Amino acid sequence: MPQLVLESVEFRYEDMVMSFGLRVESGECLAIVGPSGGGKSTLLALIAGFERPLSGRVLIDGADVTFLPPAARPVSLLFQEHNLFAHLTVFDNVAIGIHPGLRLDDESRARVTGALNAVGLEGLERRRPAELSGGQRQRVALARSLVRRRPLLLLDEPFAALGPAQRREMMTLVDDLRASHRLTVLFVTHQPEDAWHWAPRTAFVHEGRIIAVDGTRRLFVTRTVPEIDAYLGWMRFGEA
Amino acid sequence: MSRLLAGSLALLLLGLVVGGAFGALILAAPRLEAGDLFTDPYLRHVVLFTIFQALASTILSVGLALPVARALARRETIPGRAVLLRLFSLPLVMPTLAAILGIVAVYGHAGLLNQAATALGLAPGQYLYGLSGILIAHVFFNLPLAVRLLLPAWRAVPGESWRLASQLGMRSGDVWRVIEWPLIRQILPSVSGIIFMLCFTSFAVVLTLGGGPAATTLEVAIYQALRLEFDLGRAVALSLAQIGLCAAIIGAVQMLGREVPLTPALGRVSDRPDLAGVAGRVFDTAAIAAAMTFVALPMIMLLSAGLDGPLAAVLADPQLWRAISRSLTVAVLAAALALALGAAMLILARELRLRRGRPRGAAAIELAGSLTLVVPPLVLGAGLFVLLSPVADIYAVGLALVTVVNAVMGLPYVLRVLGPAMDRTARRYDRLCDGLGVRGWNRLRLVEWPSVRREAGLALALVAALSVGDLGAIALFGTQDTETLALLLYRRMGAYRLDAAATTALVLLTVCLALFAGIERVVGGRAATRS
Repeated sequence: MPQLVLESVEFRYEDMVMSFGLRVESGECLAIVGPSGGGKSTLLALIAGFERPLSGRVLIDGADVTFLPPAARPVSLLFQEHNLFAHLTVFDNVAIGIHPGLRLDDESRARVTGALNAVGLEGLERRRPAELSGGQRQRVALARSLVRRRPLLLLDEPFAALGPAQRREMMTLVDDLRASHRLTVLFVTHQPEDAWHWAPRTAFVHEGRIIAVDGTRRLFVTRTVPEIDAYLGWMRFGEA
Repeated sequence: MSRLLAGSLALLLLGLVVGGAFGALILAAPRLEAGDLFTDPYLRHVVLFTIFQALASTILSVGLALPVARALARRETIPGRAVLLRLFSLPLVMPTLAAILGIVAVYGHAGLLNQAATALGLAPGQYLYGLSGILIAHVFFNLPLAVRLLLPAWRAVPGESWRLASQLGMRSGDVWRVIEWPLIRQILPSVSGIIFMLCFTSFAVVLTLGGGPAATTLEVAIYQALRLEFDLGRAVALSLAQIGLCAAIIGAVQMLGREVPLTPALGRVSDRPDLAGVAGRVFDTAAIAAAMTFVALPMIMLLSAGLDGPLAAVLADPQLWRAISRSLTVAVLAAALALALGAAMLILARELRLRRGRPRGAAAIELAGSLTLVVPPLVLGAGLFVLLSPVADIYAVGLALVTVVNAVMGLPYVLRVLGPAMDRTARRYDRLCDGLGVRGWNRLRLVEWPSVRREAGLALALVAALSVGDLGAIALFGTQDTETLALLLYRRMGAYRLDAAATTALVLLTVCLALFAGIERVVGGRAATRS
């Protein structure tokens, strides 16, 4: 059974009408690319429940979640920024993923520590977000998504502000966590090479529609979709 | 659901208090005609004088604030700049009566100025009572406010503008015409509007420095009608005139100028081309020094007169301590009530604006919270007086009424201070909280409070300080048995016991500032002192 299905999910943002259909298998890592303003973030927000579709259905693990509030969906979404509460410590920022009132028993505390270790932040439990680097902050958010035990992880360009080496490091971490925790990952990116390296499959979003989903290499190399060429800045024969 | 409930209850309560007072005034006035305002010579005089003094005070305050603000904006490194800015925040929270005693000590009959004149062999003048006293006091309160409201305009100038001006060889006058004035002009209507309203509804200054019926404003006339002449009809007529004029003025201000958001730019003022000129330096230094003297002198004189007075006798008086404890109780309760009402209304407004796509509903709620601008405390008090006097002993529940009026008065400050912080929190954390299921009490405790604690502390401190210094509501409802510190001071001033009054004023100022600082630190937390 596919992990995630979008059945002709319609949405309207200002005067742009969007319509998404998509199937993602369990354990996949799918990249979402496309020009700005095309609806990539909206697509993730619809899956996570921050936006309600006008029509259509969102199915996760076969269950219809179209009308569930965000917290009730088996989904974690990492934003580009503001993934952490600035006034809470690293530990509490992770712990709030287990209990929204921060009431934890010993077992839960151990889980928090374990998750922080898994993302390489041991020893930083008492720091506050302002005392961390950008990469470390997103690691805390990743640790929180681990303790929440949600099988579907959505990344809305959380590493866009990092340098190339750090971005590579974070994507490696995400891919390791995907394998070890059996996650399904969807990530939005502006860097075609991220999709090339990390995503066996890529969805190309253009003007509110997913106009192509295919193996990433095939999508980029066979050059059958003119919008993708335009996005990548490749010229076609006869146009120059 | 609960996000809507608390705010709706707060609105209902506000509506009951303000609507009840307003309704009582309307019902009590069936025999009045609008024409009375223009035909009754006394009423006409009061209205015209109220407008005239407010206009003159605004022109003086803003006009004098412009060169001072420009000097402060240009000279970022001038010695004493930080002290001056701190000093300029004082008149906002300072009890009006304490400041008035300081002003009397400088400009009064036996004040510093006349002493200096005598020493120089000049004839002592009578500067103070009447229009000149009112103007001096209003400029004392509002010049610093105008400077603080105007300064952000300069911070909004992008750094490139200064560099461009330098490249183009602009002189000081060109900089003013091309860069500064266009920005200032945008905020000038709203700054002037705020100050005009403050002067228009000014009570304690006119009551104490007006010096007679020739210089009476609507607020003072309402007080006199209720407390001295027991003429309910006249109080109602005056109140309705006051409400109508305030509404008209606020409408005019809204039409004249929109609230322009000034985003601080990263510009460095040191790139300005007009910093080196000698004339400019001398002028700026003189403007800053003059403003500092004007604001600091009454404070220093209050301090010295207060300490010269019968300090031991005043402090040993049990009446004083009872008044202090009443003032503190009223202030703390009023502040808590204002914060609770304001926070509930802001949560409701935010919910409507950010989640339900109803920005107009949100704006209407915030406007409702600022109603006190149209219905000033004396009018609100007069309405409650008319409403409740048939059913209750007004003076027995006087302190409760004072608390409510002070809380409603403080509401606009709570909305102004807390609103942006609450909006910021929502924009930053709404999705995160929704995703994690953090809501209700958990959200209030773990997210909202830590994020807005500093602003909440400032709002509480402001309302508490204003409440301690307020004379309006307590003058209406107070008796000897419910005397607050401000009322005690007013009585001593009236009895011409000026030395004891100066000492009491010093006590009032101390209580007010200590309460302000204490609340800001305790409630706002350590973060409040950072910034």
